[in-house]
Amino acid sequence: MSATNVTNRRRTFRKDAVGWAFVAPCVIILGVFLLIPILMAAWVSVSDWTGRGSPLASGFVGLENYESFLGKGGLPTKDFGLSIRNNAYYFVFVVPLQTVLSLGLAVLVNRKMLRAKAFFKTAFYFPSVTSTVAITTLWTFLFSATGAINAMLEKLSVDGPNWFNDPRGIFHLMLGNPSAPPGLKQSEFLGVSLWDWLSGPSVAMCAFIVMAVFTTSGTFMLLFLAALQTIGEETKEAALVDGANGWQRFWHVTLPMLRPTLFTVITLGTIGTWQVFDQIYVSGHGSPAKTTLTPAFLSYQSAFVDQQWGRGAATSFVLFAIIIVFTILQRMVTGSSDLSKEKRQRKLLRPLRWLKEKQVAS
Amino acid sequence: MRHRRGTATGSAHWIVFALLLAMAVVYVFPFVLQLANSFKTDSEASLAGMSLLPDTWTTAAYRTLFTGSAFPRWFANSVIVAVAVTAGRVLFGSMAGYALARLEFHGRQAIFAFVVGVMAVPGVVLLIPKFLVIRELGLYNSYLGLIVPLLVDASGVFIMKNFFESIPRAVEEAAYVDGASVLRTYWSVVLPMARPALMSVVILSFQGSWNELSHFIVASSDPALVNLTKGVAQLVGGGLGAGNQYPLKLAAATLMTIPMAILFFVFQRRIMNASTGAVKE
Repeated sequence: MSATNVTNRRRTFRKDAVGWAFVAPCVIILGVFLLIPILMAAWVSVSDWTGRGSPLASGFVGLENYESFLGKGGLPTKDFGLSIRNNAYYFVFVVPLQTVLSLGLAVLVNRKMLRAKAFFKTAFYFPSVTSTVAITTLWTFLFSATGAINAMLEKLSVDGPNWFNDPRGIFHLMLGNPSAPPGLKQSEFLGVSLWDWLSGPSVAMCAFIVMAVFTTSGTFMLLFLAALQTIGEETKEAALVDGANGWQRFWHVTLPMLRPTLFTVITLGTIGTWQVFDQIYVSGHGSPAKTTLTPAFLSYQSAFVDQQWGRGAATSFVLFAIIIVFTILQRMVTGSSDLSKEKRQRKLLRPLRWLKEKQVAS
Repeated sequence: MRHRRGTATGSAHWIVFALLLAMAVVYVFPFVLQLANSFKTDSEASLAGMSLLPDTWTTAAYRTLFTGSAFPRWFANSVIVAVAVTAGRVLFGSMAGYALARLEFHGRQAIFAFVVGVMAVPGVVLLIPKFLVIRELGLYNSYLGLIVPLLVDASGVFIMKNFFESIPRAVEEAAYVDGASVLRTYWSVVLPMARPALMSVVILSFQGSWNELSHFIVASSDPALVNLTKGVAQLVGGGLGAGNQYPLKLAAATLMTIPMAILFFVFQRRIMNASTGAVKE
């Protein structure tokens, strides 16, 4: 072996050692507190661990824990079904509302001539920096039976509900809260009757929906603002020259260019809305009548309160799967990630061409 | 024609301004109510929550918090944890970020993929797993158990890596030519240049650990280790004694928000940039 070869090898070894030393703390902590826990929980989800002794010493029970709430019927299945229903409605309402509101705020705040821009940004973003615990505390006060929200509704001659104690679903309420038709009452899915699946979010859940929109729209507004600022003035000017009005410009030029950000916001929104835990822990643990129970909280409750560790771990894996499936579905529907940069650019220019053609045609 | 167009955009301008102003009131008013009601008596807060000025001003809620509850202890614990977590995330995040951006070593790609993969795991599904590991390691009911699992945050590594990739290599290379070691270069040349990115990580880390709840729920059951989020959550759930006690709860919520509010107003500009930079796309 030649001398240079040895020095070279020694040098690569040194380089490797230094590099690994720099990333070591990070890799060790992420490994010990993220990777190993996931593997351990995977084991617990198929074991009969009761919370005593080491989980590694417990017995293998196959998919029993998963079956206990997915297939067997009974209370665990019903609780899981309810938590999925609650969270699904939460997701369906929060994601579109927060996306549209944050986009609207961003477009308005981004106007060139707007005065007090910094003030508006601060006002809209402030709720995002406070903790969920503090906001939930405030919410239980604002939405109490005699609270500020109902006081305001009273001024509009509306009799406000007792928000956090009202389990009635809003779709049922819209129909005048009739008794369930027998056909819908008898058929069940995950222990919950079809009629109850169609209830809509409960009044109590609506208060949480408003809270989520209130606390997240500021963050997403900043994302949209950052994207809006990178859209070149040229593009706007080109559209202006083409004689497009404000609405056309927004719909055919700005919005398509915001597609990647829109995609990010919707994805983050989806992931976030399936992880509702803090607010449920602070306020009522899923009450009233389990209409604010979420899978994330149910998983915690099964394990730490009911001591059903296997079922709790299994619930969290099912939740994980739900989040992954929704993210993938979203990718397929919005499908912006698979576009190459060039393709995307071409796509962005298409609306301009369209406007020009329209101009010529008229 | 030209003139008419001018006034049309002018009035549109005012409509937008008025609309935004109304929205801003909606966003800010709840916090004003929170502050006002924390100085009311229990019954006034329950029955006349909308009034901005208390009929009878009282600091009873704040006095109860400081003398009749463990609130000072919770506050101290939150400070201890937030400071330690922030220090760790800044140090470890910048080290890993630097290595991933600049140092050449075997396995770099794999580690980067690992960090990205870990970021994708939603935090809420990790509650039970984290508890299991903390218990197995004997860290349950200790400050270490509260702090160590939070010491590294993948998004901090990301921010630092992106920043190091954006600055020119020339300065570091000069240091290496002068014979400085990697550690020395990192510490006295690279880190001072990275102040903007470091500040972003400081702010996000402090905010993240100050507002964290679920990790503390599963990491300890010792009353002496309760932090603000957990303490206030218990206060809101059970309260101290009977009744709604809204002033007490709102005072607690106000006090726990103040450090975040100060941080926010001092570093406003940076926070608003940091939070967009931290997003994983």
